[in-house]
Amino acid sequence: MTGNLDTTRAPILPDGVVIIVKEECETCQTIAPVLQQLDAATELTVYTQDNASFPSTPAAVHDADLAVSWHHDIETVPTVIVIQNGIEVERTVGWMRSEWERLTGIDGLGEGLPVMRPGCGSMSVDPDLVDVLRVRFGASNLTARRIEVADAEDVMEMMFNRGWTDGLPVVPPTEQRVMAMLAGTRRTGSETVATVPPDLVDISVEKVAIASVMAGCKPEYLPWVLTAVEAACTDDFNMHGLLATTMPVGPVIVCSGPGTRSIGMNSGGNALGQGNRANLTIGRALQLVIRNFGGGRPGEVDRAAHGSPAKISFCFAEADDTSPYGRLAGELGIDDGADALTLFAGEGPHCLVDQLSRTPESLARSLALKLQTVSHPKLIMMFDTILVMGPEHARVFADAGWDREQIVAGISEHLNRSGSELVRGADGITEGLPEAFGDAESLPKFRPGGLMLAYAGGGAGLFSQIIGGWVNGDKGSKPVTRAVAY
Amino acid sequence: MEALLDPTSEQSLVERERLARPSTLEGLTVGLLDISKPRGDVFLDRIEERLVGIGANVKRYIKPTFTKPAPVDLRHQIATECQVVIEALAD
Repeated sequence: MTGNLDTTRAPILPDGVVIIVKEECETCQTIAPVLQQLDAATELTVYTQDNASFPSTPAAVHDADLAVSWHHDIETVPTVIVIQNGIEVERTVGWMRSEWERLTGIDGLGEGLPVMRPGCGSMSVDPDLVDVLRVRFGASNLTARRIEVADAEDVMEMMFNRGWTDGLPVVPPTEQRVMAMLAGTRRTGSETVATVPPDLVDISVEKVAIASVMAGCKPEYLPWVLTAVEAACTDDFNMHGLLATTMPVGPVIVCSGPGTRSIGMNSGGNALGQGNRANLTIGRALQLVIRNFGGGRPGEVDRAAHGSPAKISFCFAEADDTSPYGRLAGELGIDDGADALTLFAGEGPHCLVDQLSRTPESLARSLALKLQTVSHPKLIMMFDTILVMGPEHARVFADAGWDREQIVAGISEHLNRSGSELVRGADGITEGLPEAFGDAESLPKFRPGGLMLAYAGGGAGLFSQIIGGWVNGDKGSKPVTRAVAY
Repeated sequence: MEALLDPTSEQSLVERERLARPSTLEGLTVGLLDISKPRGDVFLDRIEERLVGIGANVKRYIKPTFTKPAPVDLRHQIATECQVVIEALAD
């Protein structure tokens, strides 16, 4: 044992040559005779990770709790370290005769052995152990209150009973899991991320990590969740209003950039649906932050009349690497190549089926017909919309050379209607615009910039998805786009 | 025994006692806050009429938008200018 009482401090290594081995490693077994040679010729200390009696000679120090291996960043066994006056001066990993001879200053090591042999993975970086070791040896500065769970208590039921879930089970946020989650960002756990509505309390990176664990995120998703939380908690996005409204809207997260592919987000078939961990859990983590930390719960500040399945999680990636018309974040001011996300106050998606249009003019008219229905065919300018096209519909425009601006203009042209069609009472429908608009010759469906394009979806299917919005602009919510902060 | 990290904001609520209800509104100032929803003014006009009818003074206020909480300055103004608040939510 290493006898180190403070587990967060690195055990001091003795001067001379230090070698870390484990019996399970074939290379370590191969070089066992070299250890005897070195023991006879120099000041040698051997640490063994697994079997305390390996090697048989010289006697090794058992690094049973892996404190030496963890704190001295041993990734491979064998590792040879030269220590002078308590300080490491050089190291080598695996077996290479010339290196071992150079480091130790002793020639003729391991005669008859191969010239070199790669080492094996150190137990201190074993994926099955690393999370436990991080908690054991890391200077845990997690400050969240610890809530003890009785042995006889079902932790999953306990979390339901405390109201911590969105109705689906959550992953228990143990210290081990939260520390592993925090490894996904360069930001420190204590850093403030945002002030979360409706309770308006400052949230730390650590609390966002807790929500991310509960949602089922991997550590590499954390920067996306942090950025989404920042975007949601702005006056422009108005998350408080999104909760308080009776409309069925939630934060829709549209992600893009190479990072979406690195973390395995889905921008292809079923991108807006189930089945992809990153898509689903990033969106869910944001909602769990709002629910558990912000205090925004249905029946309380959340006054939605119907709600929407999209309020559990609505997050997807754009296929910006293959998009014929760029990406939404580009439209909203993010430079090419940067990872980014846009938060949009939106409903669940509605599908437009058009399997026959092969000209941009026909498809634009077709899309316009459907887009008229956002919120109500007789209500205009109040609600923004994201139109999500996949390869098959986008190709109709791309083949004709239409770019993003032309597509939006081409559709918008067919969205204009006269005031007399839209006023209250027109078509025998009481809902509509105030009488004062009755004389207007032509009124647009969307405010300038209110119709946005995104690109996602599977390779087959002549469909588009329409994500209708909530009250827009200063009165309600503006789309908020942020570069992802790692 | 397992320990979990608390996902909540760990805030402890501060409860404040309400002032005693006045026995009459006569001579008191009642603030009416229009949250800026369409036709809210129609409703509040009628409430004002009724309140004035029983001897109350009425002051009217408007929030910039119904989707966001009232700005702190407005809340402070109402608190300093009125003795009575009628809390209600309509949609």
